[in-house]
Amino acid sequence: MQDVKEFRPKIVAFCCNWCSYAGADLAGSSRLSYPADVKIIRVPCSCRVNPLFILRAFQRGADGVIMAGCHPGDCHYTSGNYFARRRMTLLFSMLDYLGIERERTRVEWISAAEGAKFSKTMNEFVETVTALGENKRLEDLRCKK
Amino acid sequence: MQRIGVFICHCGTNIAATVDVKAVAEALSHEPGVVFSTDYQYMCSESGQMIMREAIREHKLSGVVVCSCSPRMHEATFRKAAEKEGLNPYMVEIANIREQVSWIHKDMKEATEKAIILGRAAIAKVHLNKPLKAGESPVTKRALVIGGGIAGIQTALDIAEAGFEVDIVEKEPTIGGKMAQIDKTFPTLDCAACILTPKMVDVAQNEKIKIFSYSEVESVKGFVGNFKVAIRKKARYVDEDKCTGCGLCTEKCPQKKVPNAFNMNLDTRRAVYIPFAQAVPKVATIDADYCTMMKTGKCGICSKVCTAGAIDYKQTDVIVEREYGAIVAATGFNPLKPDKYNELGYATCQDVVTSLEFERLMNAAGPTAGTLLRPSDRTHPHTLVFVQCVGSRCDVENEKGKSYCSKICCMYTAKHAMLVREKYPDTEVYVFYIDVRTPGKNFDEFYRRAVEQYGVHYIKGQVGKVVEENGKLKVQASDLLSGEQLHIDADMVVLATAVEPDKSARSIATMLTASMDTNDFFTEAHAKLRPVESPTAGIFLSGVCQGPKDIPETVSQASAAAAKVIGLLAKDKLTCNPCVANSDEMLCNGCSSCEKVCPYGAITYSDKEFRGPNRTTLIRRVASVNEAVCQGCGACTVACPSGAMDLKGFSNRQIMAEVDAICKM
Amino acid sequence: MSTHKNEAVVEQILRSSGVDVRKCMRCGKCTATCPAFDEMEYHPHQFVYMVEKGQIDKLTASPSIWRCLSCFACMERCPRQVEPAKLIEAVRLSVIRQQGKNHLKPEAIPTLLDEDLPQQAITSAFRKYSK
Repeated sequence: MQDVKEFRPKIVAFCCNWCSYAGADLAGSSRLSYPADVKIIRVPCSCRVNPLFILRAFQRGADGVIMAGCHPGDCHYTSGNYFARRRMTLLFSMLDYLGIERERTRVEWISAAEGAKFSKTMNEFVETVTALGENKRLEDLRCKK
Repeated sequence: MQRIGVFICHCGTNIAATVDVKAVAEALSHEPGVVFSTDYQYMCSESGQMIMREAIREHKLSGVVVCSCSPRMHEATFRKAAEKEGLNPYMVEIANIREQVSWIHKDMKEATEKAIILGRAAIAKVHLNKPLKAGESPVTKRALVIGGGIAGIQTALDIAEAGFEVDIVEKEPTIGGKMAQIDKTFPTLDCAACILTPKMVDVAQNEKIKIFSYSEVESVKGFVGNFKVAIRKKARYVDEDKCTGCGLCTEKCPQKKVPNAFNMNLDTRRAVYIPFAQAVPKVATIDADYCTMMKTGKCGICSKVCTAGAIDYKQTDVIVEREYGAIVAATGFNPLKPDKYNELGYATCQDVVTSLEFERLMNAAGPTAGTLLRPSDRTHPHTLVFVQCVGSRCDVENEKGKSYCSKICCMYTAKHAMLVREKYPDTEVYVFYIDVRTPGKNFDEFYRRAVEQYGVHYIKGQVGKVVEENGKLKVQASDLLSGEQLHIDADMVVLATAVEPDKSARSIATMLTASMDTNDFFTEAHAKLRPVESPTAGIFLSGVCQGPKDIPETVSQASAAAAKVIGLLAKDKLTCNPCVANSDEMLCNGCSSCEKVCPYGAITYSDKEFRGPNRTTLIRRVASVNEAVCQGCGACTVACPSGAMDLKGFSNRQIMAEVDAICKM
Repeated sequence: MSTHKNEAVVEQILRSSGVDVRKCMRCGKCTATCPAFDEMEYHPHQFVYMVEKGQIDKLTASPSIWRCLSCFACMERCPRQVEPAKLIEAVRLSVIRQQGKNHLKPEAIPTLLDEDLPQQAITSAFRKYSK
């Protein structure tokens, strides 16, 4: 490795439009900072997050992926986050099997009123992923230019 | 290849102070497909929109990316502007570089880099955007109001006034809510019953309004314009249609020892009761927990005396299914129970009461018929101590109280103090306050009158201890301005307890899929600009369920919510969200996975004829989506094993493109 | 207001007590609660305010800090979790440290007691010095 720069992880955050994306907005309007390494993708509901998206992110060199949705029971679409929870449980056990550190993926329930929780979660997650270092196992080198 | 225009907003200095907007515009101009890139001070302003519209025209843009505030704020604004120029509104994407970048990052280099990446992701997505056309759905022209307090009453009356049907669901046997329990109202001191009960009568007499009293919402299905609600009419063991409200049963019932909740349990009522004389509907209700007949099968006196034959011990709960176009939450509040404050002695001393209990003690229709008497020995109190902020303004980590200011306590305490001094000039009244908060028309003048004309002793400080001793309440308190500790021998202590949202609000919010804050108040769609709407379309908020407020504010908000409901019900068709699921029939294998996960029942299967090889036809079972019913959550898209199901506006390819753009650094 | 020297002491007091004085909303419930009120020159709410303003010298010179019973009623009842009693303990500790006298032996305490001292203060002294 020729670069001596400190390691900054690439983190993709999937946020549901109704709770967590609004929570991120609240974190913003409350000026509660979290590292710039986190980039948010807006989805209508956590149940829109296909496990493939997460695998794709890892393949393309993401170091951590976090999915945030409404609290169980509070889903805007009634039951979406329950589906998401089950799907993610399955995906995580597959990632375990593949030897991907469990801490690189995370599911968090953040409501529209929890700006502080959003910021805190992102800070923690970035710290965890930074400590784990670069994701080398799942990154597809062919995707690198 | 799309022809994309990129517009970077400065948002005054909100964005430009932390993000090098010029650099972002420059960097994004080199992205594939970008033919125009600029920055402007306020993109959302009229002139900002004109810049965008001109660019669409001149550069024949087929897609637009605006790097600005949250799409929850101005996505609709920019989409509308694009539409005016003939560009499909769904060809506009927003990169949120305010809430997600400039407001949370300080380092300009880092912030600029992130803004560029978010811009790139949005450009990558726009490349795959397709023009979408919104469908339409019909509107059921009837509204549901949950809660029959002054908020619900006002909302219902206003909606009915506009000619639409309204149902009120009230869990108590009568509408009226907390206002019915109040004696006088500040700052005019007119009697609450005198202004509320005529409105209750209006509700009862209005042909457009149907009251479901002693009823609760059981389940809510559907979406804006098309809600299906199941209402549980709890068994009151009295036939509502037959009961004339004569009250004979409530006089003859031998079970006299039932705590009277309407009077804050300060006296008792019978097992069959009408909460108060002006109740609407004026129908008796049997309290099954206390009724001897219900418990032992022996009594039946009410049934014998009822000339209308309205008593029915075998009545059961009934579920009524109704359809609505809009739902208003008006679930209201309860005063916090201060029994956790041992030092204030509420749980141990009868003469320590909450303000709402005090209202009943002062009310002409209350347990003491309006004469102020101590609950313990029914004597006239001479020294009264009022304590403000009990359970309000606590630290977030304090388990006993709430972190918010309950807003109404300063004023009602001033009212109580004033009323006591007016009625009983031989009393000494002390009010312990932290701050006196009286913003409101004629409010501060009212408070000053309590001090200057009525001689109420306002003391900056708090009460630290209340102990009962020889029939007196020994109050130990601080006077911060004189730096003294006071010891007052009081006859009564009145606690201005915090308001807290009604316990039923949480489960109702879950049914409505409306969001709540950490205190269980309903969240509004926008704190400033959309204060009476929930973020969930078709759900509106009225009264204290959204946050503490007094009666004038509640009534204003109730009318505002009604105006929003009327605006919705006046439409014959609603434009649907075009970002809905659609199934590729060529890929669909008919497995029904999507149908099972759809919370709206929007997916149906049918046999369709397909052309096979060599001029044959084959019949296959394929999914199709009812676009008017689909709400676009996307659950089906992930469930689909063959990749036939996709979500417009958030397609697999679009999200993948965003992922790729973010990861490519 | 606060001198440079005081800033370090304030910092140390805040750190050792774990109290956030900015949480105080000046309601005065601590002072209303305090059973040692009559014995004190400065009262619990003033303690909090004085630490916030950096008026440490006045506090350390005052006998008030030794009159606090450490009954913790103010902590229990403070609606904003400011915990004035912890602050007072921390001020005491800073005085003791400055005097280099933080090694009082438990055996020495009984001889130091006077008859008027409330039982709570004795308990508090034992708790403090016999750690």
